[in-house]
Amino acid sequence: MTLTLTCVAKTYGSGPRALHPTDLRIETGEILSLLGPSGCGKTTLLRLIAGLEEADPGAEIRFGDEDVTHLPVERRHIGMVFQSYALFPNMSVRDNIGYGLRMQRLPRAEIRSRVEEVIALCRLEPYADRAITALSGGQRQRVALARAFAPRPRIMLLDEPLSALDAALRLALRDELAALLRSFGTTVIFVTHDQDEALAISDRVAVMEAGQIRQIGTPEELYRAPRSPFVAEFVGHAMPLAGARRVGGLHLAGGILPLPAEAGPGPVYVRAEDLRLDPHGPLRACVDSVTFLGTHYRLGLSALTDQRLYALHHGQSAPRVGEAVTLSIAPEALICLPL
Amino acid sequence: MKLLTRYMPLAVTLLACAFLLVPTLQSVLAGITANYFRGLSSGLTLKWVGEVWGLYADSILLSIWLALACLAVTLLIGVPAAYALARAPGRLSRVLEEFISLPLAIPGLALALALLQLYGAQQGFRAHWSFILVGHVLYTLPFMVRAVQAVLAAIDLKTLEEGAASLGAPPWRRFVDIVVPNALPGILAGSLTVVTLSIGEFNLTWMLHTPLLKTLPVGLADSYASMRLEIASAYTLVFFVMIVPLLMAMQWATARAQRILS
Repeated sequence: MTLTLTCVAKTYGSGPRALHPTDLRIETGEILSLLGPSGCGKTTLLRLIAGLEEADPGAEIRFGDEDVTHLPVERRHIGMVFQSYALFPNMSVRDNIGYGLRMQRLPRAEIRSRVEEVIALCRLEPYADRAITALSGGQRQRVALARAFAPRPRIMLLDEPLSALDAALRLALRDELAALLRSFGTTVIFVTHDQDEALAISDRVAVMEAGQIRQIGTPEELYRAPRSPFVAEFVGHAMPLAGARRVGGLHLAGGILPLPAEAGPGPVYVRAEDLRLDPHGPLRACVDSVTFLGTHYRLGLSALTDQRLYALHHGQSAPRVGEAVTLSIAPEALICLPL
Repeated sequence: MKLLTRYMPLAVTLLACAFLLVPTLQSVLAGITANYFRGLSSGLTLKWVGEVWGLYADSILLSIWLALACLAVTLLIGVPAAYALARAPGRLSRVLEEFISLPLAIPGLALALALLQLYGAQQGFRAHWSFILVGHVLYTLPFMVRAVQAVLAAIDLKTLEEGAASLGAPPWRRFVDIVVPNALPGILAGSLTVVTLSIGEFNLTWMLHTPLLKTLPVGLADSYASMRLEIASAYTLVFFVMIVPLLMAMQWATARAQRILS
């Protein structure tokens, strides 16, 4: 089911716009994530698509050929996974999963077989007859997913489905969730504030800020070719290299960085993993802090630009705090943003 | 000295218990004593309890009927009202809540007087049991609303309902499938409170009743005033038998609802 949004905006009461007019098209079977910091309008956009909020006049939301702009949520045939899961505490796992099918007034036998099918798909067999309160966080998350998917929704909407879990579990369930969503084959829209989650799960990512979509593209595109400082900094924590453009390249406080010929006049960014310790490098900096992180060291560097930068250092030993180091950056690793 | 500090609290507790229990036991005993003025030596009998049934069976049945009718009405009004208040927590809701709770602060007599002034002239209604029912509903409704509202406020009702809506449930299904089952502990606690209060209510009922419509407590007052002491005491016994199990069930249900709240 393709989803087409045209001029969808939302204003709460007389407050500022939570979502500026937005156009968006999502193809059948695509997994799209809405990524952004809290308050960026991503949840508002999701709730507008679900029908839990009403868009400002002039908006149009189409599921395939059908205009659903004015349909209430219960008639949109969507599947939704809430941040808190919203599982019904008065029903067993099985009854939760069957609820949407019962609302469709399907024959009993069909409901039963469909519920069993989804329970097997989500590997919930051992818990099927348990009460919701007797489940762990990860199990609840799977029940919420199974419940949303059981009525064969046209679109699945997930609101931060992993954020209620603790960090270790979140990582394990992220890949499991990605695999399950792929196996469903439905169109999925996924809200998250965690860039790793967005990059790992989605086909395309829409980065949002201040009620607007700033950039939309595949995870690789966003990571390698951000088009604005916000996207560069939010996706992959790129750091600005502030300096003056003159002959020879970018003049930083700690040296002259040669720029590739095709670099435009826009700001230049670099990621911590691309800032290399190099005895023959053109840049000098002073080590401010050294943090050992197991696979690598994280070095805080001052005097390279007027802002503190970080470098990831893989190696058996690291420079000490206060030591002066020289650095280099591969030209292809520089992120040159348009003006 | 040490002995005193150890046994003093126990002694005080026992005295307090005795203060409450002795008159109760005396009254109960009076109800099953053949002749109270000759004392227990006259023997024990259930004759007086039988007499009470003969004289006041109508009152007992009327009270049960009123309590059940009152329960039905408070459920029908109170549960949706509590739901509406829980769904829209704002200034208006708080004002409404205070308004519903007003009968708690106003003496039953004043409430009864107001009802009499308003409806006293309508003879058919005035002499009908539903007139007393109106008073009981006014008095017990806040207890139902509060009990249900407290439970509803403790669950994330909005998200649960949104979850049901996303699965295709229209508003009335969400109320039946999600709201009512999850509010059940509060509904149970509220129901037992309403039945207990309705059966025991005297102030209002005393003003509203007619000679042909005496409830259990009104009948009790009547028996004290006009029957021999043994019958009045037997009446107290009957009253205890009816109200004590209700009180215990109410305590149990309230504790259960409290557990869900915490």
